[in-house]
Amino acid sequence: MSTTTENEQLAYIASQAADARVNVEVETDEGMTLNLGPQHPATHGTLRIIAKLDGEKVVTAEPIMGYMHRGYEKLTEVRTYPQVTTLINRIDWLGSFANEVPFILAAEQLMEVEAPPRAQWIRTILFELSRIANVCLFLGDMAVQVGATTPVFYAFRDREFVLNQIERVTGGRFHPNFDRIGGLKDDLPKGWIEETRGALERMKSFCDEMEELVLGNEIFQARTRNIGVIPGDVALSYGLSGANLRASGVDWDIRRDANVGLVYDQVDWKVWTHPDGDSFARFWVRLQETREACNIIDQLLGSIPSGPIMAKVPRIIKVPAGEAYVATENPLGEMGYYVVSKGDLTPFRVKIRSASFSNMSITPWILKDVFVPDIISILASLYFILGDIDR
Amino acid sequence: MIELLALNPSWWQETFLIKVPIGLLAVLLPAGTIVYLYLFKAISFMQSRLGPMEAGPYGSLQLLAEVGKWIQKEDIFPSKADKFVFAAAPFVVLMSTFLLVVVIPAGPDALFVDLDAGIYLAMAVSSVSVIGILMAGWSSANKYSLLGGIRAAGQLIAYELPLILAVVGVVIQAGTMNMQGIVLAQAEGEILGWGGIGNPFILTQFIGFFIFMIAVQAELTQAPFDMPVAESELVTGYLTEYSGIRFLLFFIGEFASAGVFSAIAAVLFFGGWYVPGIDAGSQVFNVIGPLVLATKTMLIAFLIFWFRFTFPRFREDQLQRLAWKFLIPLSLANIAITGVLKVAV
Repeated sequence: MSTTTENEQLAYIASQAADARVNVEVETDEGMTLNLGPQHPATHGTLRIIAKLDGEKVVTAEPIMGYMHRGYEKLTEVRTYPQVTTLINRIDWLGSFANEVPFILAAEQLMEVEAPPRAQWIRTILFELSRIANVCLFLGDMAVQVGATTPVFYAFRDREFVLNQIERVTGGRFHPNFDRIGGLKDDLPKGWIEETRGALERMKSFCDEMEELVLGNEIFQARTRNIGVIPGDVALSYGLSGANLRASGVDWDIRRDANVGLVYDQVDWKVWTHPDGDSFARFWVRLQETREACNIIDQLLGSIPSGPIMAKVPRIIKVPAGEAYVATENPLGEMGYYVVSKGDLTPFRVKIRSASFSNMSITPWILKDVFVPDIISILASLYFILGDIDR
Repeated sequence: MIELLALNPSWWQETFLIKVPIGLLAVLLPAGTIVYLYLFKAISFMQSRLGPMEAGPYGSLQLLAEVGKWIQKEDIFPSKADKFVFAAAPFVVLMSTFLLVVVIPAGPDALFVDLDAGIYLAMAVSSVSVIGILMAGWSSANKYSLLGGIRAAGQLIAYELPLILAVVGVVIQAGTMNMQGIVLAQAEGEILGWGGIGNPFILTQFIGFFIFMIAVQAELTQAPFDMPVAESELVTGYLTEYSGIRFLLFFIGEFASAGVFSAIAAVLFFGGWYVPGIDAGSQVFNVIGPLVLATKTMLIAFLIFWFRFTFPRFREDQLQRLAWKFLIPLSLANIAITGVLKVAV
């Protein structure tokens, strides 16, 4: 301790005090405080929920985030634009490729380049494949959270086929790092299109299986119907996005309504909504979206245009000064990057709008007067990924 | 009380040295078989994986490896735990299992004690495990354990009732509470005047069997009734603070009682050690009886684990509603119908 300055010591004490403040457990007269997390089997990582209970009934629940903050927004400021994709891959680690796309699109917007059509097509295909890889796991995981152990193994088994296809193109299963400013790193390998069709068939049968095994199960319905109901206006006011919003009956999908740079306008597809807004609706919408993603990819595979996969961009990328915000409909919801450039090799500031962070913000509102088991099923149905919350 | 405990010893029951190992075997062998065959293997195949493959041929020695691991682990007591209660809880749970196995007949003479009120004793001692679980939940000084323990107590008490009421139908039909008598009643019974296969009560008491199996599933706290140990909610409920040998005892208790309850179901509804075609009084049943009973037990245990790995979990209030509003009225109706038919036919 002799080498530490007084300021460092003070900073250390202050950080400890902040920690202690969070750790204080308030015992109320008519209940107890239950600390779910940061180490808890149901929180998919290090989310912490402080629930004040009255018996098994939740009086208030407060989520505490930040146990896995990795400082990506700050780290991007010391990396060149092509290097940033390596980092942001790790935000939503189940659908990694989808994280890269909005950032690359924002950078392209600032540089005023556009990827060639073939690159746009392949981007959209990979984007939807990563949606399947992500949501597929949700379908199994939701069943685990309400107590059925088997479906998650089916999810992992069939997700493998999609991951294999992503790996064959990009070389990475979890962190592809494949998107480049102005196009893509490589073209599709030989025979990939046919194999992807096979993987999609597999995925469709997986969706049917989930519909029978989980969605149709009476106990699952008893556990999810009318549980965690979010009305459409509340969902909008809390900034929910993605399937959570559409499950509340709000017909909003960035892919259709505010599409930038991807080729969804070339495909015949449908935005699924559900009027109920409960946990069941959120599961149902995600199931339908997985099917719809198969449908989108199927159509895109048949119509990939020929041509280059890379636009003309300088070897050393300097992005002209300016600001851009691009959002895409990621597996978890709206993901946007607000990029500020001062004309350097590195971004001046990057603000990441991640879907899970906003989706989590509704938990104090929704986790009232529910039972302890419902905390788990509602959180599972909101579907967050810790990396996406904490960044 | 003396009539209740009136013993009817046969040749092998008279030596303590034979009785104790056979008792241990009767509890541990089904438990081990269930763990390896169902928990490790059958479930793995259902979940499209292989399960343990490394220890022994097809992973058959995995169980020994697990037991060795648990024995080696430190036996941790939480600092705020009520030490004596915490230490005693697994033994209370295990005790109820051992008491249950005492009354199950495995052959005309192959039984530990022949009680006139055998099934009555079984139903009574099966509730003892609630005390052990409540002890574990309370003494751990852990909120998850406490919630799990309280849930277990509420659940086990609620499902004790349909369990007993389902058995009452069988008792009415057999006309005896003696387990041996129930087996013989099925062996010598007739269905509508036809006695070709005797009268396994599964055919005449199928509602009772249905209720009995649901209640057993709840008594064993297996999914869809596994809220006391709900892994995704309560970490592992009342087991959260247990480690090492004490966790192993709970684990043995869980699977041994699965085996014992399956055996009781086999006796009550599937004719126990009897197979059609051989005279029920024949001495050959002392040899093949245990095997027949074990086979029937394993088939019923498979049902338990099949359900466990298929269904999601109920919520606590839904579970209570199922017990009080559906199973108990149904079992009362079953008793009424059985009683009427018993008198009329």
